[in-house]
Amino acid sequence: MSDILSILPQQLVFGIALGTVYGLIALGYTMVYGVLFMINFAHGEVFMIGAYIGWGVLAALLDAKVGGLNPIWVLPLLLAPAMLCTGGLGMLIERLAYRPLYVRGATRLGPLISAVGASIFLQNAVMLTQGARMKVYMTNFLFPRTWRFSIFGTSISALLIVMVGVAGAMMWGLHVLVQRSTLGRSIRAVAEDREMAAIMGVNVGQVIGTTFFLGSALGGAAGVLIGLYYTQIDFFMGYSAGLKAFTAAVLGGIGNIRGAMLGGLVLGVTESLAVTFINPAFKDLVAFALLILTLVFRPEGLLGETLPDWKKV
Amino acid sequence: MLKLTDVVTYYGPIPALKGVTLEVNTGEIVCLLGGNASGKSTTMKTILGIVRPHSGTVEFEGKRLDGLATGEIVRRGISLVPEARRVFGRMTVWENLAMGSFIRRKEPASEIDQDIERVYTLFPRLRERAAQYAGTLSGGEQQMLAIGRALMARPRLLLMDEPSMGLSPAFVDQVFDIIQTINRQGTTILVVEQNAAVALSIASRGYVLQNGQIAVQDSAAALLAADDIRRAYLGEDQA
Repeated sequence: MSDILSILPQQLVFGIALGTVYGLIALGYTMVYGVLFMINFAHGEVFMIGAYIGWGVLAALLDAKVGGLNPIWVLPLLLAPAMLCTGGLGMLIERLAYRPLYVRGATRLGPLISAVGASIFLQNAVMLTQGARMKVYMTNFLFPRTWRFSIFGTSISALLIVMVGVAGAMMWGLHVLVQRSTLGRSIRAVAEDREMAAIMGVNVGQVIGTTFFLGSALGGAAGVLIGLYYTQIDFFMGYSAGLKAFTAAVLGGIGNIRGAMLGGLVLGVTESLAVTFINPAFKDLVAFALLILTLVFRPEGLLGETLPDWKKV
Repeated sequence: MLKLTDVVTYYGPIPALKGVTLEVNTGEIVCLLGGNASGKSTTMKTILGIVRPHSGTVEFEGKRLDGLATGEIVRRGISLVPEARRVFGRMTVWENLAMGSFIRRKEPASEIDQDIERVYTLFPRLRERAAQYAGTLSGGEQQMLAIGRALMARPRLLLMDEPSMGLSPAFVDQVFDIIQTINRQGTTILVVEQNAAVALSIASRGYVLQNGQIAVQDSAAALLAADDIRRAYLGEDQA
């Protein structure tokens, strides 16, 4: 037991780091649900493509034998293209796979099936162009294993601190954008009453597109962070990470931005505690048990509210 | 200022407006009366481009509106105070007013702040509630907010859909006093109402819609005096 307690702080730090990244991906699910009341099941693949883009940029830098690799300039260089491309990809998915359906008044099932189709398409596109073998992030060149800090007797790697810092800063930035800017207000207006938002002069299609861009860009950034953390990526990684982030979004209250962040943290820490106290093999079982328990006992989630029937999935 | 000519509108296969023709002149308060499902709200939605007319034309200040997006119509100077208020409940009073000025977002913030001050002067209660979520306001306060929000776009024509719905009689009088004040300040008003007596008392002209068609049109005084209108919309006891 004392052994377990000695590694507990370390595991909690892992849990928080993982949780912030889950939260970052969950934001994509929850923001899209907020404006369209649909689950974008292709979001996990957007995350996976973000990881591939980051890997591609890092591999290109290493191939070109660029010296003096330092996270201060390399990390933005990995994140920026990953976020821009995945943001654009999110908008493209909305335009091609969802908009043609919802503008024609399709039932809720139509866009959902289209989302699953888009997800399978993207997985296969990456597998066919990049191969089925996993790719390896050369994280050691950026964050050597010796870069560790000891805080209250717990040894924490620099990478974990950067992960929490980057994911936390992005969440905070999104929160400020949504709460204080004109764009954020128009996103909230569309989420609450699309017709009234249009009567205020808001271009609803543009706001929905922008919401997909923002959510997908955060998912892409999460892909880079997870790639750096686990060091191995493959075309199928979006499936389980996507499901976990979806769990986090439901746990926090789907449609609620702060809920997604909180849900991610709760899920990350719960998984870590499961690894510590039960068995690492039970990690996913505990995560999805949490999803089932939430759906049964508190379907509105931790910070969510009871939705009117027409907004329910 | 606003002219609808032979407007026909469908909801799927069901006709909602069957050739509506009406006109609102600059500076007027015009009242649109009618029972449930007579096409009053559809007329408002058609003017705003939320529902597209199947045939006929909608003109505002001499230019066609039909076919334009709602945002563009609002930009041309028409605002709506919707039925049942429909304020953004999860936004504060201030944020709702800021949303009302969305089409003016490129104007200097000082201009917008001045207009928010004007709304607060018209409705001092909103100033007290500025930081409160709109969903927590009373029905009357929400109606004030819905009117204030519509004014933030600086409309030349204000459409009001059932502004008295769900309000206490004392508050109804207050709302209609404010409508007159807004009109005196230079905004033309087209008001849809079931509360015909109050609406006609402040309007200069009125139209009566029945089954998607204009059944009667006349001056407000003549409509108030007409027996059939009194029976149909004011109730026998008030006649």
